[in-house]
This record gives sequence, C-alpha cells and structure tokens, in this order.
Amino acid sequence: MSTALLEVTDLRVAYGKIEAVKGISFTVNQGEVTTLIGTNGAGKTTTLRTLSGLLKPTAGTILFDGQALNTVPAHKIVALGLAHSPEGRHIFPRMTIEENLLLGAFLRKDAPGITEDVERAYALFPILGERRKQAAGTLSGGEQQMLAMGRALMSRPKLLMLDEPSMGLSPIMMQKIMATIVELKANGTTILLVEQNAQAALSLSDQGYVMQTGQIVLTGTGAELLTDESVRKSYLGED
Amino acid sequence: MHTLPQQLANGLFLGSTYGLIAIGYTMVYGIVQLINFAHGEIFMTGGFGALTVYLVLPHGTSLWLALPLMLIGGAATSVLIALGAERFAYRPLRTAPRLAPLIAAIGLSLALQQAVHNLYPKATSPRVFPQIPSGPWHLANIDIQSGDLFTLIAAPICMVVLALFVRKSRTGRAMQATAQDPDTAQLMGIDTNRIIATAFAIGAVFAAVAAICYGLRYGQVSYDMGFEAGLKAFTAAVLGGIGNIYGAMLGGLVLGLAEALATAYISDIPGMQQLGGQAWAPVWAFVLLILVLLLRPQGLLGERVADRA
Repeated sequence: MSTALLEVTDLRVAYGKIEAVKGISFTVNQGEVTTLIGTNGAGKTTTLRTLSGLLKPTAGTILFDGQALNTVPAHKIVALGLAHSPEGRHIFPRMTIEENLLLGAFLRKDAPGITEDVERAYALFPILGERRKQAAGTLSGGEQQMLAMGRALMSRPKLLMLDEPSMGLSPIMMQKIMATIVELKANGTTILLVEQNAQAALSLSDQGYVMQTGQIVLTGTGAELLTDESVRKSYLGED
Repeated sequence: MHTLPQQLANGLFLGSTYGLIAIGYTMVYGIVQLINFAHGEIFMTGGFGALTVYLVLPHGTSLWLALPLMLIGGAATSVLIALGAERFAYRPLRTAPRLAPLIAAIGLSLALQQAVHNLYPKATSPRVFPQIPSGPWHLANIDIQSGDLFTLIAAPICMVVLALFVRKSRTGRAMQATAQDPDTAQLMGIDTNRIIATAFAIGAVFAAVAAICYGLRYGQVSYDMGFEAGLKAFTAAVLGGIGNIYGAMLGGLVLGLAEALATAYISDIPGMQQLGGQAWAPVWAFVLLILVLLLRPQGLLGERVADRA
C-alpha cells in the first residue's frame, strides 16, 4: 500500500471575492506521478501556487510529509522538500544557465552535493551543459523548460510539482519532456503534474484528477481516466 | 579657477555624490519598481545623523577621528528611516496600484523635511557642517578641496564593494533573482521581504555617505537639501538606465560633468552669455535628461527588457 506524501483536504483559494478553487481534496502518493487535468481556468495553477505558498488558502488543510503548510511562507516551503516548476517556466532570463541551477539549490549548504547535482542536471539535459555560461533568456522554450525542471530538482525535493511543462513546445520537445518525467519517476521522484495535454499526462500517471471550475469532478488511475468517456470527450478531443 | 582640468575634477566630485544617491533610487526601483521619492530625504537625514554625532562628541575632537563615527551615525539614521519607510509605508502598498506607493513616497518626503525642520534644533536654517581642517591640495593645476578628498576615497570604495557584493555574495545573487522574478525567487527559498529591505538599507548607507560628501563640500546641511540633490540623483539614475547600478554611477558622473562644464563654458558661446553660472546648473541637468530620454529612452546602460511573462 502506498503512503501519502501530500494530502489536500477541502482546499479553497480566492482572488478577492472570486473563488478559484472551491473545496478540493486530493492525495499524492510517495513515488507516484499524480496529474491534475482540466481546461484553462479550472484552478490547476492556482492549486499549485497555493501548495508552494505563493497564494494563501481561505480554507482547508495542506498536509505535506506530516506537516501543515497553510501558514508557512513560500520561501520556507522549498526547504521542506516541495519544489515547484511554475507555469510559463519563469527562468531568470539575465542569469546564466548555471546560475539558474545554483539558485535552485539556494538553501543548500553542501557544496560537493550541489556540484554533483548540477552535473546530474547536465546529464539529464545535455544541451544545458553545453550552454552553461549562456544567459538563460537566450534559450528556446523547450530548453527553458528543461532548465526550469533542472532548477526545481536542485533542491532535492521530496515532491516535484510541474505546471504545464509541455506548454508551447514542439511535439519533439514535448516528447523529450514527457520522457524525462518517466525517467524521474523511475528514479523514485514523486511528481505532481498539471497538464493541458491530457493524453500524454494521463498515460504516464498513476493517479489523475479532473478539475472543472475550481472543483474536482472525476478521479481515477491514469489508465481509467484515459478510457473514461467524459474525459475522452472533454479533454482528448474526441466526439 | 576656470581651467578645463579643474572643471572636470569638479564635475567628477559632484557626479560621485549624485551617483551615490542614485544607487538608492536604482536598487529599489530594480527590485520593487518603486520610485522612492523620499530617498532625497533619506539622504538629508543621513547628513543630520552625521552632524548629530559630531555635536555630541567632545569639543575639539579631530575630524579624522570623528569622520568614521559620523559615517556610522549618518548611515544608521538613514538606514533606520529607510527600513521604517519600507516596512510601514511601502510594504503594505506593495500589491496596490502603482500610484499609491508613489504618493506615499511624496508624502513621506514632505513629512521628513518638515519633521527635521521643526524638530531638529535650529534646523529652520542651514546648519554648519564641520570641515576637514587642511587643504586645499594642489595637484597638477587642480585644486582639491579637503571635503572632496573624502568623496574621492569613499565613492570608488562604495562602488567596488557594491559591485562585488551583488555579483559574488549569496545575498547579491538573491537580490538579482528577486529583481528578475520575485515570485520565482520565493520558490527558490529566497525571503524576498528581507531582500527588499536589504536593497533599501544599502541605498540608505550610500545616501548617508553622499550626505557627508555634500556636507563637507558645502559646509552645511539643511532640511531641504534632499530635494534638489534627490531630483538630480533620480535624473542620474534614469540617465544611466534605472535598475542598473553601474548605470546609476555612470549617470551621476555624466550629469556632474555636464553640469560643471555647462556652468563654466556655456556663457563663452556668443549669445549665451546670460546662461552661465550656478543658477543655470539644474537647467543643463534636465536638458541632458530630456536629450537622453529622446534618443535612448532606456538610459545609457539600460536594456530594453521585455515585460515579465
């Protein structure tokens, strides 16, 4: 039986008077890939931003690795083992690739371990190693996505949250990113994935949740959701 | 003296002071996109803080001994006021529309001026600032006033230390990250509130150093000295490319040189005899600003940065 690393219960998040997340509950199990799918505005990104502390919930609990996160400020959450690769990548454009990766390890003090992990990121994404001294803003979208993922891994997270890693990427680049997620999972990384590309995301997920206007409307394993008729209609573009 | 080397030297001294103040505008703008219009008053209070230290020291204390203590007292005063302004005036408005903190800054600027005017003993008129009792020195046709010697030493040290700090230190890297993308900086574990406060504090220390340069040069400090100096330094920051610390220093030097040269030489141009002299100095400073904004809106060292995604 798998153990829960993250347990979200009745989470509500509002922007002013507009409630974007309306009481959702879900679980991320240790060592698994969990996916939130749903259309634009369903509240997926809001959910991730709340988990990493950038937004404060109006109600509900977030239990991560046995600790409540509700009131922990964003800059202290990464230290607890939760890393967030945000939507739109948000690399630091005027810093080099290497400086970006090192910022991912900002709170770590173990210099040899950090050096090792930088090399591991270059092994995972060789193009980043070739361009390590280049300003990150000059990278292509796909390369920036690799950098954002590599940077998030630099904190040696217990849980890696990836928000729309395939957004705006070419099909080849998208495949590369999805293959990397599979590789990370094989190495034991627990992943919470938010994707609009439901087909690709669900096929590599252990567990999936379908969000719609701030609520979770459907839950199942990746394989179950892939064959679910309503999912196929709404998110996989089938009639 | 109206020799060219002398005017260049004057321009450099003046420009260094502008540059030191400009650092405060540019660092704060670079991180929170706020024009801290109270920064001129943070500069002014640094001058009064330094003066206070001098006044409480035993009469007859050598200025060489007093200066380091005045520097500490001035910097402490400026930092305290800058941090207070950040914490209680600007931070609560951080997510408000941009006009709100700007108006708060203007209000704070007036409040600080009036507070010093009314509360500091005998500050309703300029107060005498101590002078270094030696010099001027002559160096190859240039007179260096004793007060400028302090500028000559302090400004380059401040700039080199700041450049190394921003580039090499952990806090400096966190500062760059916060300037480029504050939300993502938090995701890296950076306490951005602390970084923003640090930027205000560094700007305040530089403003206090500038205030001592100013006090030693003009022999006085006054409650309203932050207005014109602040405006010129803001001009220098924009001139150099606001948000860029090297730009702030360069902008200060260019502005100082332009002012010194224009003041000395423009009246030699036929038909412009009446435009020389100190009274016209701010005019040339702002003419230069307008020219730069027309020809290179991002400033001398500024880069056109695409809006954040």
